[in-house]
Amino acid sequence: MENKIVIHENSFQRMEKKPKELGTVYHRSLWKDIVNEIKSNPVAVFAVIFLIIIIIAALLAPLSPYDPNKLDLANKFAAPSSEHFFGCDAYGRDYFTRALYGGRVSLLVGFCAMLVTVFIGTTIGIFSGYIGGKLDMLLMRFTDIFLALPSMLLMIVLNTILKPGMVTLILVLSLFSWASVARITRAETMSLKERDFVIASKNLGAGSVLIAVKHILPNILGPVIVAASLGVASAILTESSLSFLGLGISIPHASWGSMLQEAQTYILDKPLLAVYPGLLILLTVLSFNILGDVLRSALEPKIVK
Amino acid sequence: MSTLVNVKNLSVSYFTYAGEVQSVRGISFDIEKGKTTALVGESGCGKSVTSKSLLGLIEKPGVIKEGSQIFYEGKNILEFKDKEWFAFRGKECSMIFQDALVSLNPTMMVGKQIMENLQNHNDAHLSQSEIQKRAQEMLDLVGIPDSHACMNKYPHELSGGMRQRVMIATALITNPKLLIADEPTTALDVTIQAQILELMKQLQKKLGMAIIMITHDLGVVADIADEIVVMYAGKIVERGSNEEIFYNPRHPYTWALMNSVPRLDLDNKQELVTIEGSIPDMINPPKSCAFCSRCPYAMNICAEYEPETVDLGNGHQVACWLTDPRADITGVPFHTGGGKHE
Amino acid sequence: MNNRPVELEVTNLCKYYNAGRKRVLKAVDDISFVIHKGETLGIVGESGCGKTTCGKTCIGMLQPTSGQVKYQGKDVHHLTKKERFDFSGKVQMIFQDPYASLDPHQKVYDIVAEGIRIHKLAQTKEEEERMVLELLDMVGLNSEHAMRNVHEFSGGQRQRIGIARALAVNPEFLFCDEPISALDVSIQAQIINLLMKLQKEKDLTMLFIAHDLSMVKHISDRIAVMYLGNMVELSPSSDLYRKPLHPYTEALLSAVPIADPKASRERKKIMLTGDVPSPVNPPAGCRFSGRCSRCTDICLNKRPELKEIEPGHFVACHLYNNL
Repeated sequence: MENKIVIHENSFQRMEKKPKELGTVYHRSLWKDIVNEIKSNPVAVFAVIFLIIIIIAALLAPLSPYDPNKLDLANKFAAPSSEHFFGCDAYGRDYFTRALYGGRVSLLVGFCAMLVTVFIGTTIGIFSGYIGGKLDMLLMRFTDIFLALPSMLLMIVLNTILKPGMVTLILVLSLFSWASVARITRAETMSLKERDFVIASKNLGAGSVLIAVKHILPNILGPVIVAASLGVASAILTESSLSFLGLGISIPHASWGSMLQEAQTYILDKPLLAVYPGLLILLTVLSFNILGDVLRSALEPKIVK
Repeated sequence: MSTLVNVKNLSVSYFTYAGEVQSVRGISFDIEKGKTTALVGESGCGKSVTSKSLLGLIEKPGVIKEGSQIFYEGKNILEFKDKEWFAFRGKECSMIFQDALVSLNPTMMVGKQIMENLQNHNDAHLSQSEIQKRAQEMLDLVGIPDSHACMNKYPHELSGGMRQRVMIATALITNPKLLIADEPTTALDVTIQAQILELMKQLQKKLGMAIIMITHDLGVVADIADEIVVMYAGKIVERGSNEEIFYNPRHPYTWALMNSVPRLDLDNKQELVTIEGSIPDMINPPKSCAFCSRCPYAMNICAEYEPETVDLGNGHQVACWLTDPRADITGVPFHTGGGKHE
Repeated sequence: MNNRPVELEVTNLCKYYNAGRKRVLKAVDDISFVIHKGETLGIVGESGCGKTTCGKTCIGMLQPTSGQVKYQGKDVHHLTKKERFDFSGKVQMIFQDPYASLDPHQKVYDIVAEGIRIHKLAQTKEEEERMVLELLDMVGLNSEHAMRNVHEFSGGQRQRIGIARALAVNPEFLFCDEPISALDVSIQAQIINLLMKLQKEKDLTMLFIAHDLSMVKHISDRIAVMYLGNMVELSPSSDLYRKPLHPYTEALLSAVPIADPKASRERKKIMLTGDVPSPVNPPAGCRFSGRCSRCTDICLNKRPELKEIEPGHFVACHLYNNL
């Protein structure tokens, strides 16, 4: 034996049992969980910092000395410099300022479209899944129709018919994306409502609304958040595509998508004009996806042993 | 009696993101030829890991630690190469599991699955038809009615008890010297459990293999075991013959385990003996006696030093400070072998 | 005999399921029994015998195909909304799986408080807090556990939380659906002791379902044995082991392993051959006829009725026709 046993006079006395210490109480706060989760993932830290910078920059856009829409042909295609960080576009507008204003539009459209999408999708999904029966069948066929529609084509048609603008864009974007969220939430709700803890709540006399809000919603939050983060990304991308096709935000206002569209004319001579908005879209979408993933794992009840 | 397997100082750890989980911490025991040894303990005590080590089935992140030795008929099987393992598993030593539905291939006919094991270990160069004949004999042996029809059935067409019989037939067709049974009857109903246990006893008499029975059901242990090994937190706290352990338990954990189950044949409505608390964290297992925090008779020394394993004769070994002559045994409801007993 | 009032009365209860292709699965087939106030009735049987379906139908979680369940004189399956709500305050359930039965997104406090909130049992926040802490104390947990998340608890502790949740509404009747089968042996005893203690303190009536016969015998006053949707025997728990009347009960009891090597060796064992037949196509006549060693012609054709052979000891078997 490497460690020698030292017997003292109390060695063979019955041990006094102290009440077991429980350690520090872990007050689970969602916020703390999210922060911890982000901290433990260096990529997520970058994503969050990037998003914060982008949002602040977009908010502070009016501080820029340039008017994003004012033509200044003298500076046509000016190269990036200390005055014009990103240079100027074909009409001599400051590209950096345009990118900031464009960011406002893209982020706002992306975020609002996501909110509307998630709200409609989750509501219909929970309703359909929890109540079930005929209502479920009806709602799901309705959802299937939306999933089956050629969304891009219809979006283009709708955008041309309706008055162009941000609100129209948001509504059109959400109209064609809630269906998949509804599908996910319905499937989750269906499996949750058979679970013992929901049955226990029902046995206690809980009504449907209480069960939906207290037990179903918190437990489907994970997949919903993932869907939401993907929703922001896809809304930004769809907005870009629509703008790229000339159907999004009306000229002369900028969005990252419309900037890309304008840049394509000069893609061979001035590739940088396409690179800036392209890179911004790429990084923003990527960051939102990473953030969604982090939120999901922060929301998952962890098995702490 | 000759020894078939001799486990010496076996330690197995799993390296997880949270740290090193020390599942098995230096255990030693023997398995006699043709006898049944039961490994008993709560879930997480390391009994399944121990049996997996015997078959070389510890996979990453699990590691068998340096200094561990398992001798099978004198050979240290832990030094085996892959090829030797293939020859060993299924031939010398077979395993049956709790859930036969998961362990059998659902897309393969029962007959084929039984034959497959013999084909892999076809040392006697039997022909295909001989193997088939052997497989059918095996099905007869495990008590499956109409074995011929059963050969061409799929596992899902059989009931739980029948599937378990098929699994036993698959395991025993190569005539192994050791059969490891990991909770083989836990998923079965009591009447079917009784059938399977009876079958295992009969087969052991006929074929003479040693059985390692992993279970938490003490009733099953009392029925089938010759030797009992009681494990707690990766260590062996007590081992001995069936009757020694049941009628003369020396470790408070064994004693509590025996008395926590009500007896069907006795009429008393007394409170059951409970073991308060839960098993220790295996990432940081206590250096002292692992049971000390849950033991109602723990002494100061129990929290300081690990008790050494004491041999009480007749192969009865126990690791508990209560066996020390200086121990305070007031109120201990069983004979500890230590202190002053009146 | 128990002369306390009848709490739960089950008459000719049937629960059939559609098994597809015009076949009917008779999970529970014509069962009648009563449970008296303050009594524990245990139901035992092998998997698929319909014991859980029977229990769930008794507390109104499932609609019966036919038959009636009366709780305190009221038909459980035809309650008004108001009565239904009151019923939920009187009849509670303990679940089998301590992991699935607690919402992983809630704190222990909220889980236990849910019933108090739904039934508005506490007037103030302080009163609610006091009640929750009392409940936790009752099941052997303390205030420090209250603000923790359920995923930090072991199976046994979770089962205690589940018991506290059920007790929060001051129920009079507790349906325990295999509450210990998912737990380790050393923990099972804790939960059984706790349930027995609570029953004594609160004069609860219990319906206890399990496949572990020795535990059921320990906790129950009377035991009902089910086989393929039928109740084959019903007797005081001590009589059942000493004097099983039905051949199935006899076989079932002899199959239960006893944790005593000598007793185990000396015991006469009755081995049943074959498996439990499918409840989709049960044998006509006595359900057990196919596996019974004492089967006669009448068993194959006529279904035996549950008859009282001795005071309080009922059996459904043709062997006792002439008594």
